[in-house]
Amino acid sequence: MNPFSSGTRLRDMIRAIRACKTAAEERAVVRKECAAIRAAINENDNDYRHRNLAKLMFIHMLGYPTHFGQMECLKLIASPGFPEKRIGYLGLMLLLDERQEVLMLVTNSLKQDLNHTNQYIVGLALCALGNICSAEMARDLAPEVERLLQFRDPNIRKKAALCSIRIIKKVPDLAENFINPATSLLREKHHGVLITGVQLCTDLCKISTEALEHIRKKCTDGLVRTLKDLANSPYSPEYDIAGITDPFLHIRLLKLLRVLGEGDADASDSMNDILAQVATKTESNKVAGNAILYECVQTIMSIEDNGGLRVLAINILGRFLSNRDNNIRYVALNMLMRAVTADAQAVQRHRATILECVKDSDASIRKRALELVYVLVNDTNVKPLAKELIDYLEVSDQDFRADLTAKICSIVAKFSPEKIWYIDQMLKVLSEAGNFVKDEVWYALIVVITNASELHGYTVRALYRAFQTSAEQETLVRITVWCVGEYGDMLVHNVGMLDIEDPITVTESDAVDIVEIAINRHASDLTTKAMALAALLKLSSRFPSCSERIREIIVEFKGSFVLELQQRAIEFNAIIAKHQNIRSTLVERMPVLDEATFIGRRAGSLPGAASTPTVPSVSLPNGVAKPVAPLVDLLDLGSDDAPAPSSSGGDFLQDLLGVDLSPASQQSGAGQASKSGNDVLLDLLSIGSPSAQTSSSTVDILSSNSSNKAQVSPLDDLSSVSLSSKSTSNAAPMMDLLDGFAPSPPRENNGPVYPSITAFESNSLRLTFDFSKQPENPQTTVIQATFTNLTSNTYTDFVFQAAVPKFLQLHLDPASSNTLPADGNGSITQSLKITNSQHGKKSLVMRTRIAYKINGKDTLEEGQVNNFPRDL
Amino acid sequence: MIQFVLLISRQGKVRLTKWYSPYSQKERNKAIREISGLVLTRAPKLCNFVEWRGHKVVYKRYASLYFCMCMDEEDNELEVLEVIHHFVEILDRYFGSVCELDLIFNFHKAYYILDELLIAGELQESSKKTIARLIAAQDSLVETAKEEASSLSNIISQATK
Repeated sequence: MNPFSSGTRLRDMIRAIRACKTAAEERAVVRKECAAIRAAINENDNDYRHRNLAKLMFIHMLGYPTHFGQMECLKLIASPGFPEKRIGYLGLMLLLDERQEVLMLVTNSLKQDLNHTNQYIVGLALCALGNICSAEMARDLAPEVERLLQFRDPNIRKKAALCSIRIIKKVPDLAENFINPATSLLREKHHGVLITGVQLCTDLCKISTEALEHIRKKCTDGLVRTLKDLANSPYSPEYDIAGITDPFLHIRLLKLLRVLGEGDADASDSMNDILAQVATKTESNKVAGNAILYECVQTIMSIEDNGGLRVLAINILGRFLSNRDNNIRYVALNMLMRAVTADAQAVQRHRATILECVKDSDASIRKRALELVYVLVNDTNVKPLAKELIDYLEVSDQDFRADLTAKICSIVAKFSPEKIWYIDQMLKVLSEAGNFVKDEVWYALIVVITNASELHGYTVRALYRAFQTSAEQETLVRITVWCVGEYGDMLVHNVGMLDIEDPITVTESDAVDIVEIAINRHASDLTTKAMALAALLKLSSRFPSCSERIREIIVEFKGSFVLELQQRAIEFNAIIAKHQNIRSTLVERMPVLDEATFIGRRAGSLPGAASTPTVPSVSLPNGVAKPVAPLVDLLDLGSDDAPAPSSSGGDFLQDLLGVDLSPASQQSGAGQASKSGNDVLLDLLSIGSPSAQTSSSTVDILSSNSSNKAQVSPLDDLSSVSLSSKSTSNAAPMMDLLDGFAPSPPRENNGPVYPSITAFESNSLRLTFDFSKQPENPQTTVIQATFTNLTSNTYTDFVFQAAVPKFLQLHLDPASSNTLPADGNGSITQSLKITNSQHGKKSLVMRTRIAYKINGKDTLEEGQVNNFPRDL
Repeated sequence: MIQFVLLISRQGKVRLTKWYSPYSQKERNKAIREISGLVLTRAPKLCNFVEWRGHKVVYKRYASLYFCMCMDEEDNELEVLEVIHHFVEILDRYFGSVCELDLIFNFHKAYYILDELLIAGELQESSKKTIARLIAAQDSLVETAKEEASSLSNIISQATK
């Protein structure tokens, strides 16, 4: 043809590319070809356009950029001949997708081709439209496609039907135009048209309820008849697959019947017979037959209940489940998952087989089975199921362990019948797969451990044993270190021995060994080491004989390159060396962590893993001396009143424990499901952000002392605040302060005193509450509300309103004034009296509404007060 | 609905890709890489389904080629498996015991066949015979056009001699 063309043939190019030994060679060949093609494009070469495009498609398939060839597709499509159009449309579908602007240019060519006299060209245009059309094109060309649904050649009708599916998916508004032509396709005899027509109707029903109603009313019986004819049809070689006539049509009909039967008893009724026939008569020894049975089961489980059919369906699934073919077992598990909602009891019957599938060698089947087991667990079967899964954990693949561990932890937490069982199972999981356990999970475990006071000794001994064998599991190490720090004395003295335990002899230095191993492990990360340091400090007080050794370990870390560890080491060393007198108080056992709050918080982050709390704040009885409330008070002052830049003024006790309570943590008692769920625990476990430690206040140690005997006085609060804001990040002045304050005696108090709170604050207004209470009447609280104007405008007609829930009674005294001067020059006070009928069980909560006028303009501010101190 | 069709050789080379949902070039490459990683490493005799980013990939190996179809979560896995087989049988009939080389050098033909089998990710025709007939008819259209063109160029070259 063109003697001047240097282009190689397609076949030669492919050969040249295949002959390349290296990727670089291949790139060079492709580059050369691309250059030639570009040159041809620039010359507007007509003879080789189709060959060049074919080459480009091949190059595209190899993953090289080919955007420069997009316009060539359009040119070929616009040319009159079939061969050019054929390759042009192919290139269009391969090189472009619906998001390219260039595609819009083809709309006109498409429209012409849809009206072409050659039916094959119409077919090409429909195919391209169905595969890549955008919403705009769908809108423009929908009328053509609609018309082609009635075209004389069935091969065009079927293409138009599939094209319509794409159109209605892109532009759902167009669905109603297609309802009538689509239903007329259902009466066709040609299988291709019937298959595509049924598919179109299925998609129409999903998109438009109008279509669903229409097709349900008009076509259900016809479809049932079609399926019956198909199921009873004699052998027809053209459509036969493994002895079944057109399984594809079978499946599509069953799918459409499912959509029609769902939620409609009449439609479901009319298809019962044929479903029963398909379910019983279909051969199940080949893929095709099983595919039909699978679809049929799915339809039976979805349509309105018919007892007999359901039994039949579940039996088929049971047969599938015991099949030797992995594909069949996979789909059985898949289907059982969907059947659980319809008939959990029937699925439970196959539990043993499903459990076997969890141990299958096939990862896809394992994953399905595990998910199914997860939904099958309930209160009655949790023990055996969890045991099976945990046993399997030992031998499972590494890459499956993460999934399995997460599921086991979730199951155990959700259904544990008693604490000891929960702790036992978690210890097993930690010993086997501690490295896969998520942070929330081991936080939760610590919460449970602190709450199970009678099991402290048992837990710490069990952990001690587990540590001996599984010291490589990070989370196990953390939990062990924490528990040894808290309950080390119980470990040594065998406190709280249960009958089931074997006696164990652990010396004090053995216990310290554990922590030392943990801190010196190379694998230990910062969190673990920090926890180990805190544990050592605690042990130094619990085991005086080891105090010197512990000090030596701590001293080593004074040179740590990690700031957090270095700082802890220096502080802890100072405590051990200089402050013997307060050390034992400092390192008291942690107060019991509030389980309900923690679970409530967790409920948000782990859906389905925990139930929502019923009682917002419960302080559980336990053997620990220190009540929760004083601690919370202690924390209140750190966060509420401290004007220091670091919001959590950081009191000394907190620092000692590595606790860094953010302002949110004080609300933990209020039981509000607010954001910082894990923070509280995180902090208590001494994983606070290192920054908070730098501003250490010292006086709070005093309040912590006194809080053992009396409540914190307001004076303490104030002094702590003033000092905390002054104290620097330097350790030395801190120690001086500590020395200065340590000997001061605890204060006497006539009654409980609560810190003030800021109940409401906006840009324009602040409302603070001061509390007082008569000791003889603990249910009643007197609140002094103080309003301060933060703007430079005077507020007039000032009215404060408050609302409380039913268990509270509120009495409002008249306000001191109804005018609030500007810039905080004076304030309005008003006293409120609240009686809490659920005193000790529920905390106060209040809604406020404040109305006033600025320069005669009405202003309304509303708020909710959740940060009342507890025990009001 | 079938999201895309992939043909991958045992060495991980792509032999055919067809996308029925919009994926950018980057996403396509990523999908191909991830799916080859999943599928090629699976031992024989395991089930033919792998889960991939909320979809399911149904694959089947024929000689050195893996045929993969990615489908929606709620579709019928066994049916898609049957669709793959259907496709392979049609290819086999067309090429006459098809092999990987046929698909490399005649990749466009494989695409033409796929276009007669699937549109918009849905099955179009369950009869192998019909598809073979349609492809043959279109091929002959191309042949006639070619012959016409060559006879025309012969006449021109004769005339200009």
